[in-house]
Amino acid sequence: MRQRWECIDGNEATARVAHKLSEVIAIYPITPASPMGELADAWTAAGRTNLWGSVPEVVEMQSEAGASGSLHGAAQKGALATTFTASQGLLLMLPNMFKMAGELNPAVIHVAARSVATHALSIFGDHSDVMAARTAGWAMLAAGSVQEAHDFALIAHAATLRTRVPFLHFFDGFRTSHEINKIALLEDDDMRALVDEDALLEHRARGLSPDRPVLRGSAQNPDVFFQAREAVNPFYEGVPTVVEDLMEHLARRTGRRYSLVDYIGAPDPERALILMGSGTGAVDETVEAMVDQGEKVGALKLRLYRPFPSRRLAEALPSSVRAIAVLDRTKEPGAVGEPLYTDVIASLHESLREEAVSVIGGRYGLSSKEFTPSMVYALYRELAEASPRRHVTVGIVDDVTNTSIPTAEDFHVGFEGVQAVFHGLGSDGTVSANKSSVKIIGEHTDNYAQGYFVYDSKKSGAVTCSHLRFGPRPIRSTYLVEEADFIACHQFNFLEHLDVLGRAKRGATVLLNSPHDATSVWKQLPVEVQAQIIDKGLDVWVIDAYELARDLGMGARINTVMQPCFFALSGVLPRERAVVAIKESIEKNYGKRGRAVVEQNFAAVDRALEALQQVSVPSAVDGLLHRRPPVPANAPDFVQRVTARMLAGEGDLLPVSAMPVDGTFPTGTARYEKRDIAQEIPIWDPGICIDCGRCAIVCPHAAIRMKVYRPEMIEGSPASFKTKDFRSKEIDGYQLTIQVAPDDCTGCGVCVEVCPAKSKERARHKSINMEPIGAHRSVERANFDFFLGIPEIDRSLLDHQTVKGAQALQPLFEFSGACAGCGETPYLKLLTQLFGDRIVVANATGCSSIYGGNLPTTPWATNLEGRGPAWSNSLFEDNAEFGLGLRLGHEHSVAEARRLTEELSALVGDGLARALLDSPQSTEAEIAAQRERVVALKQRLSGADGVHAGPARRLRVMADDLVRKSIWIVGGDGWAYDIGYGGLDHVLGSGRDLNVLVLDTEVYSNTGGQASKATPRGAVAKFAAFGKETPRKDLGAMAMAYGNVYVAQVAMGSNDRQTVKAFLEADAWIGPSLIIAYSTCIPAHGVEASTSMARQRDAVKSGFWPLYRYRPTEGEHGHPLHLDSRQATMPIRDFALQEARWAMLARTDPRRSDELISLAQADADERWRYYSQLAGLERTVPHLEDDVGQSLDEETPE
Amino acid sequence: MSPDLTTTYLGLSLRSPLMVSSCPLTGDLDTLAEIEQAGAAAVVLPSLFEEQLVRDELHLDQVLEQGAYAFGESLTYFPDMPDYGVGPDAYLDLVSSAKARLSIPVIASLNADSTGGWVRYAELLQKAGADAVELNVYLIAADTGKTASQVEDEYLQLVGDVRAALDIPMAVKLSPYFSSLANMAVRIDAAGADGLVMFNRFYQPDLDLDTLEVVPSIELSQPWELRLPLRWIAVLYGRVTASLAASSGVSDAEGVAKVLLAGADVAMMASAMLLHGVRYLPLVEANLVRWMEANDYESVTQLKGSVSYQGAANPAAFERTNYMRTLASYE
Repeated sequence: MRQRWECIDGNEATARVAHKLSEVIAIYPITPASPMGELADAWTAAGRTNLWGSVPEVVEMQSEAGASGSLHGAAQKGALATTFTASQGLLLMLPNMFKMAGELNPAVIHVAARSVATHALSIFGDHSDVMAARTAGWAMLAAGSVQEAHDFALIAHAATLRTRVPFLHFFDGFRTSHEINKIALLEDDDMRALVDEDALLEHRARGLSPDRPVLRGSAQNPDVFFQAREAVNPFYEGVPTVVEDLMEHLARRTGRRYSLVDYIGAPDPERALILMGSGTGAVDETVEAMVDQGEKVGALKLRLYRPFPSRRLAEALPSSVRAIAVLDRTKEPGAVGEPLYTDVIASLHESLREEAVSVIGGRYGLSSKEFTPSMVYALYRELAEASPRRHVTVGIVDDVTNTSIPTAEDFHVGFEGVQAVFHGLGSDGTVSANKSSVKIIGEHTDNYAQGYFVYDSKKSGAVTCSHLRFGPRPIRSTYLVEEADFIACHQFNFLEHLDVLGRAKRGATVLLNSPHDATSVWKQLPVEVQAQIIDKGLDVWVIDAYELARDLGMGARINTVMQPCFFALSGVLPRERAVVAIKESIEKNYGKRGRAVVEQNFAAVDRALEALQQVSVPSAVDGLLHRRPPVPANAPDFVQRVTARMLAGEGDLLPVSAMPVDGTFPTGTARYEKRDIAQEIPIWDPGICIDCGRCAIVCPHAAIRMKVYRPEMIEGSPASFKTKDFRSKEIDGYQLTIQVAPDDCTGCGVCVEVCPAKSKERARHKSINMEPIGAHRSVERANFDFFLGIPEIDRSLLDHQTVKGAQALQPLFEFSGACAGCGETPYLKLLTQLFGDRIVVANATGCSSIYGGNLPTTPWATNLEGRGPAWSNSLFEDNAEFGLGLRLGHEHSVAEARRLTEELSALVGDGLARALLDSPQSTEAEIAAQRERVVALKQRLSGADGVHAGPARRLRVMADDLVRKSIWIVGGDGWAYDIGYGGLDHVLGSGRDLNVLVLDTEVYSNTGGQASKATPRGAVAKFAAFGKETPRKDLGAMAMAYGNVYVAQVAMGSNDRQTVKAFLEADAWIGPSLIIAYSTCIPAHGVEASTSMARQRDAVKSGFWPLYRYRPTEGEHGHPLHLDSRQATMPIRDFALQEARWAMLARTDPRRSDELISLAQADADERWRYYSQLAGLERTVPHLEDDVGQSLDEETPE
Repeated sequence: MSPDLTTTYLGLSLRSPLMVSSCPLTGDLDTLAEIEQAGAAAVVLPSLFEEQLVRDELHLDQVLEQGAYAFGESLTYFPDMPDYGVGPDAYLDLVSSAKARLSIPVIASLNADSTGGWVRYAELLQKAGADAVELNVYLIAADTGKTASQVEDEYLQLVGDVRAALDIPMAVKLSPYFSSLANMAVRIDAAGADGLVMFNRFYQPDLDLDTLEVVPSIELSQPWELRLPLRWIAVLYGRVTASLAASSGVSDAEGVAKVLLAGADVAMMASAMLLHGVRYLPLVEANLVRWMEANDYESVTQLKGSVSYQGAANPAAFERTNYMRTLASYE
């Protein structure tokens, strides 16, 4: 049979084999392993069968712990079972992994290895997760490339059956899991040949059955546990031979030969590296280049890590080797050395080789840090030293403990072929086009092809960088392109703030998407860019892709405009052939979406080449434009020294000393990152404004600001600064300004959509209107700068229960990287406006922890007094418990501060002490007064001496906790409904004074739209490709069952006043509170950004999302449940079919869609009937008779 | 003996002149079966709207692409579906399923907005098994720079293009807003239309006073609306070779009798069916039979065109006289 080749990534390469060789697949999404589960689920949904002709069962669990439990159960029943995971997910599987190994249950876990969160979460690749699992008793196979991931997946599945030892197959997250490379595909016959049918039948026969009952999983005592543990030894001893055997079998069938330990390099090496994973690619290239230069170097690539093949390692290591560097892609603080290093040392000791060689340990590549030939070379150089350092790091500058060795910057390996780099935006389709180009070249020519894609941390205005390689030999370069033959910049403004041409090789071709034509573009380039072009002799071309895309109705998607230009200029394919291949690819990728989409893209391809223009490069720089500094000059020191470097793409160059030692970062740094990503921004017309504040409350990025101030405060304002009289019941003589932050706006248009104030003369004209930014940028920049300087209003002057009252308060959550139109962030902003200067936030991992805490910048901010939310993310699964811990810590601190205040009342003064202890703090004015008392307290404590000195010192540290604080536990539905539900339930049941805010998008938004238990019936999501069959879980009703938990269901877009009320009531309720906030997710719901709030309106109007507040009371005859929305006036169908998540099913399977939507209607009707009945019920929180019963303020009818 | 109700429309032999025109009822297979059971002689399916298809496809593409390949953790947001149900497939399935299930003629209706679209979709409808295609031409001549003759030429061009591409009969649903409707009808007839359907009821925009937005609006047709097709069928009867169909305002047996008298080959109903249900159709037929019997008509053929304007040399002059009489009646 002719060898089939395909360009796929490591996840797909693995999943194809895993799906083929499994019967039960238990999954849970986690980056970077999620695509494996998604593919398996999609294949099963499409009816794809495994090797034995049955369709594997794919089940999504509530967590990785759940997935491993199901994996364990399936294996115990004699099924072929697998799962996919990474990082914390693998750690959650550990308890079951120990059990499964102890019971000799054959199974495979495929791991896209990723950093375990320590001082910070990181989604990127290293071996800290798999190394944490190395004691569990699983065999561990390490793949170093996409091809190896494909092949080793087979080895793992085949070996676990033959050995009965469960296998963990891992490869590097992102570098391998997400790299597209051309691989030779395994055929079914290859798999059939390696999988031992007898072993499978034996596995089945061991499955639990009442027809042959056994007991497995006993509890054992000291008498036998130890011996039983040793009973498994023969099985582990047999693993290396079986794996070798399978590798040999694979080699015979495919020609691809692997060993447990592979040696590469000179026949008589003196220096050697030992490592595993994707780093072997860079080592391969370096060794080849060095050996060509006559250097005696070599390397051992370790394939089987557990059981550790000591004997094979010793055999594979040439006897001439005198110095070895063992490289670990992990860090084990406090250990003698990292795991592979200590394993190798022990093996050499056991094989009596340790005397003859010196061994050093090196750490590299943590969290996908680049590992390049120049770093590999540096390691060999270190080994050449008379006495190499015992423990080193490479790839960073460690100026604190001086572990790092300098990179050999002047060493490069050559590349035979074309290397290309593309800078684009997430929204412009650059990555899609490049994936297509890799497939075109890899699958339509004899060339090999590789694609690797780097994304920044933003969800709006995200910058992408694609690294592509094409050449006649298999591509092993497991690092970014360093010297590109071709560079494309798909966004002209990148040239102003990124070093776009830094990776350009001398004489490279540069393609710019430019609004300026070839004759006028030169002077629009920053002089630094001009200098690079001249110095490197670059060949520059321009095309106005946006104009062409607009003309074709493609909006911002310029992928099929830029792609043919790449082919035309790079010459990797003849032009005509390229056009045909691109069109075939368009047909393949977009054909399912309809003729119109295909033809639109065809037209783009046809017209692109005509619009391409070559720039005549002058011999000298000429212009006034310079690259923009990443942050303004007024930014604080840390931002200048550290944040700015990260923003400029120079984070890799920051030394260890620049980093906080414990992951603590200053808040409020997002304000220095001026992203300037909106094409249109909202412009205020004060003449029509009705002061409602709705534009401000819905703004996802706090880019529409409202300030109320005395007229004299804007003396000296720019002439363009707009103001109007502020209409208010509470205050008189104040002015109002609604101001846009032009560089921070994403242009989503939600503010305009909600604005209720319309011009009487022009129907379309509102009080706020989207206008092209060009004419407004500089004017509004000046206005916003001035606006920021206007003092904030006294918080006690306005009624915070009103939207406009709340919106006049300073937001302390601003300019995050959330999606344009994000439905979550307006709630967080509101939270900070109401209580931001006195809250601690426990944030579950998810979208909110990423846009809230992913460097470089931090959107949680501080006010002028330096107060603001203190924020922390522990994990995904433990957020409620983490928040409870914060509460317990706080309560202890408050109790201690109160005790010390009592104890020191003589020193403090009895009056002040009593006031500090007894004063109410329910209003802004009362809180402000308490803050003043604390200032006075600290002053009086400062002079304490003698016996008071110690207590006074302690009280000074804790005194601020005498001012009321709130703990807010924030997260998404994946956390609250699924992985963290057990903890959330426990915390709600604790009775403690905690506030929980669930940002409910009804889907795992952050990991790309997998179904959660909040996903509604009939909606399509990943893991629910044909519409979710079951209704969403009613989290609110479950919490109400406690009786003493304040519960509110809100949707800001439907009733912003109710939202504000709910936040205030939740904070006021001394006990657990839960707010479930409908949060439109633009990409995962499949709706347009500007409709974010309109979707919420319809959700409520249709009865899909009833608004309510459950206000527990200790008073008599209370009716705690208040329904805040009316009975539905719109069918669920009319709401649902406006969103792609439902509309997709209506298209693909109208009958099933009809059924599920009818059931969803019944769900809504029944829920309304149930809630209506509950609203009529009396309920009182039980309390002791002599207690003063707690209740919220009387509800006033709307 | 009962009168003979058979008639011919677009060359298709029908058991009666009662047809159900393009409306939501004809988009559902089960309802189509009920319509046949109720005695309809033929059905016109709801229109395939090219503009809608294109808009849906582009919109779907847009929402699937937004946010895709922009963030490392979420490269896509939806599962890759084997089929997105875009394009004309669902409609073509309706045509072929209706053909398989019904024994009466099934006429597909098409509203395209590009020359290529008219021809491409018409061919697909033919391939799907439609007995005939009705062109639901829906051109709003809002371009102030475009002359009447240019608009008319566009009509004639697309009728000619589709005619050339089809082997099955083709009807054209006309707009009543031509300056010289009679002349236009004759030219469309000459361009190859096998039938003229009178008339298309355009969706007319309305204003929502709450939102101050322009909203589309459609009302069920009223019996008085019958007068417009009645007049023009009477005018055209005998002057075109194409079949004539009355659509708009046919609400009962009397209306059917009137349009047949004026010269229609068939009477199409939609609003009356939406209002009264499918079971209304047998009642209309029974009443028509009763009226024919009461007035000694033996057949629809005998009835057809017997009160047309065929005898008048200048129908417009006749109309003006009529107008003067109408005014006079108010005095």
